[in-house]
Amino acid sequence: MAAEKKPGVFTGPLWTNNPVVVQVLGICSALAVTTQMKPALVMGISLTCVLAFANVIISLLRKTIPNRIRIIVQLVVVAALVIIVNQILKAFAFEVSKQLSVYVGLIITNCILMGRLEAFALGNKPWPALMDGLGNGIGYALILLAVATFREFFGAGTLFGIDVIARFVNETGYDGYQNCGFFVMPSAALILLGCIIWYLRSKNPELQDK
Amino acid sequence: MELLNLFIKSIFIDNMIFALFLGMCSYLAVSKTVKTSVGLGAAVTFVLIVTLPVNYLLDKYVLQPNALIEGVDLSYLSFIIFIAVIAAIVQIVEMVVEKFFPALYGSLGIFLPLIAVNCAILGGSLFMQQKEFESFAEPVVYALGSGIGWLFAIACLAAIREKLAYSHVPAPLKGLGITFIVTGLMAIAFLSFSGIQL
Repeated sequence: MAAEKKPGVFTGPLWTNNPVVVQVLGICSALAVTTQMKPALVMGISLTCVLAFANVIISLLRKTIPNRIRIIVQLVVVAALVIIVNQILKAFAFEVSKQLSVYVGLIITNCILMGRLEAFALGNKPWPALMDGLGNGIGYALILLAVATFREFFGAGTLFGIDVIARFVNETGYDGYQNCGFFVMPSAALILLGCIIWYLRSKNPELQDK
Repeated sequence: MELLNLFIKSIFIDNMIFALFLGMCSYLAVSKTVKTSVGLGAAVTFVLIVTLPVNYLLDKYVLQPNALIEGVDLSYLSFIIFIAVIAAIVQIVEMVVEKFFPALYGSLGIFLPLIAVNCAILGGSLFMQQKEFESFAEPVVYALGSGIGWLFAIACLAAIREKLAYSHVPAPLKGLGITFIVTGLMAIAFLSFSGIQL
């Protein structure tokens, strides 16, 4: 999309060529795990790790993979990495892995992975592939955190589980705030992401649809 | 009655798009016209109905703790097994449909290979594993319901987008932005189904 402008391999995906809001990849998990910030952050980190390693592995193997079976090879590499990530999460962050439930497994079919592996890793050397993986992963994590900030703050009055609004109420004595349950519901995630895209496209008119 | 309840629930309440966000990528990409989106929806439903029971049997008789060999827990392999089964079945289904149902292949053909990497399919299997169904009928009904729910959602969105082409949407919101907001509003409408018990 913005490839003609040649933004940096690493910095491009962070904003101007963001995987979620510009390339429209990986929407499923971006919406599902963003009710709170902690799972969103963990999901972002997990995806970044899987994407970076998968990009490097596929990039190293790119001359040996026969073209016909490349999707299966990619799926197997990604699935193996996701199993490792899932086991690590279960061992060290059990609470969060319970909250993320099946969405860790769904990293396998996350379109960001297939999209980047097909579009970038199959045709580039390992070092740029690593940078591309990290950039896209972090760009994904940024959008996740942006959506999760709104949803957790307005929906539950907390940020990273810290009770921001209750503390404010205690200190100032101002009472009368009600948590907006709408932001916890799935539909809020869709509308928020729509608004982020709206903002981004009004800043970058070349991204707009004709 | 249990099965009917599960069926209704998986179509309306646990709708794959509006409640679980599964298969969003193709949902957004292929929902420009009603005809193609119904084709994709039918293909997703079909593949779900074929893969879910297979993965259910694999999960029950191979992957679960003590299922295959006493004292061995293979459940950590479920991701790789499920995705391999899905990829293989999609290939086989494509070949069978091409050979025996050329008319169906003509309408579904281009979508079938894409479905292997559709998160609705893997998501269906993973949610099925989480729900711990008792009998063989349940995963079949669950697959049918989820698939129909997905088909329903994408067909509705495509119908709205066809009309949307004639309305004045602000330029930055055109295309993707308004699609997300429409989907969000549809999700609110689907909330009214929550709590239905038969």
